[in-house]
Amino acid sequence: MADKPTDRNEKSGMSRRAFIKNTGLVAGGVVGGGLFGGLFTNQLQKNAPVTTLENTSGGLQDARVFINRAEDFDILSAATERLFPKDDLGPGAIELGIPYFIDKQLAGEWGMNSKEYMKGPFITNIQAAGTHNIKRDQDTQGPNAATQVPTPTPRYQSILNRSEVFTLGLRKINEVAQKDFGARFVDLDPEKQDEVLRMFEEGKVEMKGVGSSNFFSLLLQTTIEGAYADPVYGGNKDMMGWKMKEYPGPRASFLNDIEKEEFIKMDPVSLRNYQGH
Amino acid sequence: MVVKLDKVDVVVVGTGWAGGVVSAELSKAGYKVVALERGKNVTRDDYIGVKDELRYTNRYEMMQNLAPETITSRNYIDEDALPVRTRKEMMAGTDLGGGSVHWAGATYRWKAYDFEIKSKTIERYGKAKIPNDMTIQDWGITYDEMEKYYDRWEKTAGISGEPDPLGDKRSSDYPNPPMKESPAIRLFKDTTKKMGYHPYQVASGNLSQAYTNPDGEQINQCMFCSFCTQYGCDFGAKSDPLVTVIPTAMKTGNFEVRTGSYVKRVLYKGGKATGVLYVDNMTGIEYEQPADVVVLAAFTFTNNRLLLLSGIGQPYNPTTKKGVIGRNFNAQFNITFLGARGFFNEKKFNSYMGAGALGATLSDFAGDNFDHSKLDFINGGGIELRQYGSGAIATNHVPNGTPSWGPEFKKNSIYYTNRTYVAWYTMATMSYWHNFVDLDPTYTDSFNDPLLRITYKYTDQDRNMAKFGIEKCSEIMKEMGADIVDDDEVPQEFDHVYDGGHYAGGVIMGSDPATSAVNNYLQMWDVDNLFVVGGSAFPQFAGHHPTATIGALGYRASEGIEKYLKSGGQLVKGKQESASV
Repeated sequence: MADKPTDRNEKSGMSRRAFIKNTGLVAGGVVGGGLFGGLFTNQLQKNAPVTTLENTSGGLQDARVFINRAEDFDILSAATERLFPKDDLGPGAIELGIPYFIDKQLAGEWGMNSKEYMKGPFITNIQAAGTHNIKRDQDTQGPNAATQVPTPTPRYQSILNRSEVFTLGLRKINEVAQKDFGARFVDLDPEKQDEVLRMFEEGKVEMKGVGSSNFFSLLLQTTIEGAYADPVYGGNKDMMGWKMKEYPGPRASFLNDIEKEEFIKMDPVSLRNYQGH
Repeated sequence: MVVKLDKVDVVVVGTGWAGGVVSAELSKAGYKVVALERGKNVTRDDYIGVKDELRYTNRYEMMQNLAPETITSRNYIDEDALPVRTRKEMMAGTDLGGGSVHWAGATYRWKAYDFEIKSKTIERYGKAKIPNDMTIQDWGITYDEMEKYYDRWEKTAGISGEPDPLGDKRSSDYPNPPMKESPAIRLFKDTTKKMGYHPYQVASGNLSQAYTNPDGEQINQCMFCSFCTQYGCDFGAKSDPLVTVIPTAMKTGNFEVRTGSYVKRVLYKGGKATGVLYVDNMTGIEYEQPADVVVLAAFTFTNNRLLLLSGIGQPYNPTTKKGVIGRNFNAQFNITFLGARGFFNEKKFNSYMGAGALGATLSDFAGDNFDHSKLDFINGGGIELRQYGSGAIATNHVPNGTPSWGPEFKKNSIYYTNRTYVAWYTMATMSYWHNFVDLDPTYTDSFNDPLLRITYKYTDQDRNMAKFGIEKCSEIMKEMGADIVDDDEVPQEFDHVYDGGHYAGGVIMGSDPATSAVNNYLQMWDVDNLFVVGGSAFPQFAGHHPTATIGALGYRASEGIEKYLKSGGQLVKGKQESASV
């Protein structure tokens, strides 16, 4: 446990000894077994392998678990790729696994609105109410603005849950593409795809039971989440999203670096590395 | 059938800072205390390895499940309110320790001015300075009287900080030194000092060193890991009820906490509260818990709703302006945290590091620290620059004019990830006769009890103060050297997004029973053995974060409850202050 540079935990940026000293775990002595055990078995594991594509399940988790029709999934892939395109900075939505991320989200608690208030009566002029305040973009405001996804927050007043909104929305994208441009959405050139998406963004498309801008804002929110959430959820493939923005992933401590002037670039680690079991 | 349990000395509803402090103090004094918490039982172990932004920040892991119960919201008295349906729009803490576990840790004492705001405003500017619609009032207690409770709570919580150079008198320093300075914080302080202001480090509930509090509880040193606000602490290094007052209460042997217990009514007979009625979420069985003293120490919404559902106290009527329960609802809403965002082309910060309360602040434009004679508002707020530690999902800020998706968004959001900071104005909100809570006539919870309805609109005072604050923040950001400075826009109307947790009032403190629900011991004027503790007691919201004041009120209430248990009766004599509300 020498404090040699080679013995430095690259991931946490501090030595094991410094960590113990700084948290007062040893000196203080009054520490629950759970915390103590947890820190040592999990967070300070020096040899936890960095997860790469080679040693994961080889993409076996990339399959649809909510969206039934392959055509719907293809629309989702094409739409998210327009929202977050591949460029010289790095991969776009498809390469990052964002469509699979969204599919998995729709299959779970969030997609099913299990923790939202879904009791009626629901107002029936939902197109108006559902896009309430969309123009007044207060997403960058509020005491938690620094931690919130920067997408607009229209009032959610739909009787539909989010997974139903997505199913309707994806099919509506194709309908609009056919009607206005005479081709399936996936076959349109990117500029026309953007035009279709902008119509949803601006709430110009009539959808049943929900405002089209509400659907768009959910689509945009989940696209950004899929680019940067921990890879455990199926997006941010191989931490490529984090690499683009030089985000280091979950780390035990920045105690020794917080005062430093220069930018410190670290190779990212994931929850898999951090929890280490 | 309701199962009647054995009587205890004190039953406490809620286990956040308010309920936790009361539970610890009374069980230490030898009284049998039962606390009821609707959420899950959690311990520090639940928060080890929680560094998952999607789950905690974007899916609100620690927030109230809204499926059984939420609130409804409207702006105007003649509107139908709509339910606030999703957790993106309504963030309230749940589980053991309540919202006090996911808090950021920013700690401020409120000012001498705040506690006597009406008298002091009239004294300095004359009666005309307070608009007719505004219903601000003195608290019935002064800062000097509150000081010892602040001091006590800061020591319990191990707050790490340095005094506000413009602050009121303190009996002692914070128990721990301030947090380390990051480059962004240094830049803010150096810049604002040159501008003639008085910056200092935000006092923090993320601890600057390992600390043992007066009750013998150990809190660890903050690691600046950034998973803080909206998370439980991975290291037991953020002061919360789980590492302080709850274990303190447990150690006495006089305390029992029952989680998964959803309180439905305060039981009331012959002018006294006799106990509470609650349902066990796991079995559906209803229990009556009799007690000599009932303490409501839940979130503001729940404190108000339980009194209204139980028919205790006179509900506020906005038409007659009579009645007290639900009066003066006030909050730090989204208009409260506006400012200016700077984008730096030449500088790159380690923005991914940080802690909930890591930051710099100044009080030059807070409270009545500046002359309002020529201004179209009263009060003010702190200006803060905080380094929470930016999550990868959260940090997608782009300069105005950038599209919100597509190639340019991607390019700019990635470029500016580590090149942006915001300075904001944590301004006060004053109370008005038209901002209040009552029971919703339409929407109900899973037991078919009415939801709480909030009626709230912004006023010129709010918009004028926000505009003033944004200008100050913008000047600072420009001086800090930001290449692009984007000012926030002042919204015309409240958007029904309740995502900050700073909601208050409705069961307010005061010295006149006609305009307040509780006396300065948080004891109800109408019911001697019912104490209502927490943010619900704020008559209006000061221009700083609320937690220290809630903790201090917890100690004040504990003292009152002990007095009551010893000698009974009303602890304070009510005064009739004015006929006009």
